[in-house]
Amino acid sequence: MKPLSVIVTSVCDIFAWFMIVFGVYVINNGHNTPGGGFQGGAIVATFLSFMLVAYGGKRFWAWLREGVYGFLEFLGLVAFFIFGCLGFPNSFFYNSIAVPQGGEALSEWLPLCGTISLMNVAVGFEVVGALSLVIIYMYGSIRMVDTGAGMGGERGHDRFDR
Amino acid sequence: MTDSIAKNASDFAGNAAYVVVALLVIMALYSILTQKNLIKICIGIAVLGSSVNFFLVLLGYRQRGGIPVYYLRGAGDAMVLPTPQCLTLTAIVIALATTALMLSLVILINKHYGTMNIDEIRRLRG
Amino acid sequence: MNWRDHLPALLVMIPLLGAFLTPFVASCGKTVRNVFFVFSMALVLFVGASLCAATFDGRVLVYVMGGESFSLTLPSGMSYPVRILFEIDAFGSLLILCVSVAAFAGAVFSIHYMDRFSGWKRFMALYFLMTAGALGMSATGDLFNFFVFVEISSIASFGLIAFWRDKPESLEASFKYMLISQIAAMLLLIAIGSLYGKYNALNMGALSSMMRSGTLERVSLALIVSVLAFKCGAFPMHAWMPDAYAEAPSGVTCLLVTVSQASFYGLIRVCYSIFPGLTQGGTVGWLLIVLGCMSMFFGVMMAVVQHEIKRLMGYHSISQVGYMLLAMGVGLLALGDGNRVAAYGLTAMKGGLFHVMNYSFYKGLLFLCAGSLYYATGTRDLDKMGGLARNMPWTAGMFVIGAAAISGLPPFNGFVSKWMIYESSFAVHPVLPAVAMITSVLTLASFAKVFQAAFLGPAKAKFVAVREVPYGMLAGMAILTVATLLLTLFPGWFTGNLFENAAQALLNRQGYIHAVLGGM
Repeated sequence: MKPLSVIVTSVCDIFAWFMIVFGVYVINNGHNTPGGGFQGGAIVATFLSFMLVAYGGKRFWAWLREGVYGFLEFLGLVAFFIFGCLGFPNSFFYNSIAVPQGGEALSEWLPLCGTISLMNVAVGFEVVGALSLVIIYMYGSIRMVDTGAGMGGERGHDRFDR
Repeated sequence: MTDSIAKNASDFAGNAAYVVVALLVIMALYSILTQKNLIKICIGIAVLGSSVNFFLVLLGYRQRGGIPVYYLRGAGDAMVLPTPQCLTLTAIVIALATTALMLSLVILINKHYGTMNIDEIRRLRG
Repeated sequence: MNWRDHLPALLVMIPLLGAFLTPFVASCGKTVRNVFFVFSMALVLFVGASLCAATFDGRVLVYVMGGESFSLTLPSGMSYPVRILFEIDAFGSLLILCVSVAAFAGAVFSIHYMDRFSGWKRFMALYFLMTAGALGMSATGDLFNFFVFVEISSIASFGLIAFWRDKPESLEASFKYMLISQIAAMLLLIAIGSLYGKYNALNMGALSSMMRSGTLERVSLALIVSVLAFKCGAFPMHAWMPDAYAEAPSGVTCLLVTVSQASFYGLIRVCYSIFPGLTQGGTVGWLLIVLGCMSMFFGVMMAVVQHEIKRLMGYHSISQVGYMLLAMGVGLLALGDGNRVAAYGLTAMKGGLFHVMNYSFYKGLLFLCAGSLYYATGTRDLDKMGGLARNMPWTAGMFVIGAAAISGLPPFNGFVSKWMIYESSFAVHPVLPAVAMITSVLTLASFAKVFQAAFLGPAKAKFVAVREVPYGMLAGMAILTVATLLLTLFPGWFTGNLFENAAQALLNRQGYIHAVLGGM
């Protein structure tokens, strides 16, 4: 992919960061607005496709650290699972730390809606990682087709050019 | 008489959205069944998924219903049903995963076979 | 907190956690990875067997996700359940047992089979997700949740079928399967949505208690039955099956077989437990019987002419699914009439359920044997193989057991289940057992051909250096061989207890509703 004109890159420089802020806002308010982890995560993940389109494949691939997104995905999934397990004496996914109407909160640090907002954050991490990885792998396979360069360290999948 | 005509008209207005769903489904199936280009078939699948999501959202719609969140619900006391919206959200996530996987497969198939025409992709037969 | 109460949740939690931990574990070295993989699958098998034991006395287990208590199905005076809940009766736990045994064997087999390929991180994660999907399909008590699990297992299987992305054939098979499967899934969602629009409930038990007969219900039933018949590979919609089974790695094929069984579970559950008012008329029963006979006959006819070993077995899968559809269709004809149930319905259902379990064990075994042949010789073409019995005695022996079981030779388990199906379908129409017997004979002929071509005959110069496959792969096959032999040695105990319970659970629709709705 070729980089686009300087107008596009300048706009990307300015607005890409606002997209991340907006996405985080949507994730954080997921428990009481029609947003949430998936929607906000999808907004944040557009950052990477924006970078790819504006700056072109070469700079994108040089700048990219794939492990970061894999780690985000791993972190989000495991956190989601742990929040699910918090309800365990009652049942899986039971919202045990939610504050009932007129009740006392365990700690002022915990959100009133309990695990719902925490799970939104976890899902947000997961979706950011996963959708970024989708973009990375799809671009990676195009790059592999164009340049013949593998995704790095592959064994066995060697019948490609035969 | 006029009442019944007005009622029929409002019934039609209420059901017009279902007609749109049916049209979308037919268009999607048409594109999947008749088109030869892989990308057009993928578009057909995506449109089919969207039309089903539209159908699910419609199921929960109430006339002049508010947002189903306690303090955002507005002046009226009717709310739209939240359950179909949850179903739709799940279906959207699934459709997204499928579309991404399908497009990745199309990239690799195009590399191997050098074509986008589904009639020429026929190594598995018999 | 009694851990036994949480078994239904653990059933899906363990493979999901396995999938989530995979990226971390796969980077810890080969030994840790292998131990983690096999240990998690053994844990799943343990949970599946415990569930089977827990439902043994005819109890129906209910588990509410996110409820104040795991058994609170109707919170604060609601008249129907609002939360996602799992509902496992004897029929569901039978399928869970099949899936978990096949998943364990496939995992043990894959450790050596997939060893020389990179991409283990993705392979393991997808394998776990596919297991979770298949287990969830047989455990869930909620129609939309069923759709979600169908999609989880399908998407994971698309990825696994195309795992060898350097082979154009596997990409093509995966794309084909995905295309048809997505249309089917969307039609399923339309059917579920229309039921929700009318009855305002998604829970299977609640739907069953409210179900009336009408046009919308008929359309929904037609959509659900056709979609699920497609997913389990019945005749007119079978095209994906041989492609996908042949091109997937063998350990995955072993699991794919049971995933199609989980779709079969959904089909039977919908026909017997949700829509019995509509299916009792005989139309759906005869539809299943006709689909079954056509699948049996055309599947085996197409299998006879194949030269590629896994494709041949893929066509045999279609004909084996036909047996189950036939048996369950005959059972459906008898539904609602106590005399007919006692005369032939119960035998047909027991035979069908026996065949479900048989099929998932011996078919998995045969696919693993085919994988071993491919691993050792590098070809799947039967014409190029020959004389391998000397080099690979263990594989040859286990292949013989699997082939004898699938062809229904008398001492083996396949014979018992097929005999029950012949006996009961004869009471409906004498043509049905005739078709089934012809299929059985052709199956025997076809597998005799495979055995002769691959294992007997003069040794080929190319294959002199071929050795027996590694121990891990033999262990994977041995698990399924032992399971097949157990079913062979104690058919009376299994039919008298396991399948009897499962068939009674299917007939006991009130019990299924009662477990969710309480005192209705």
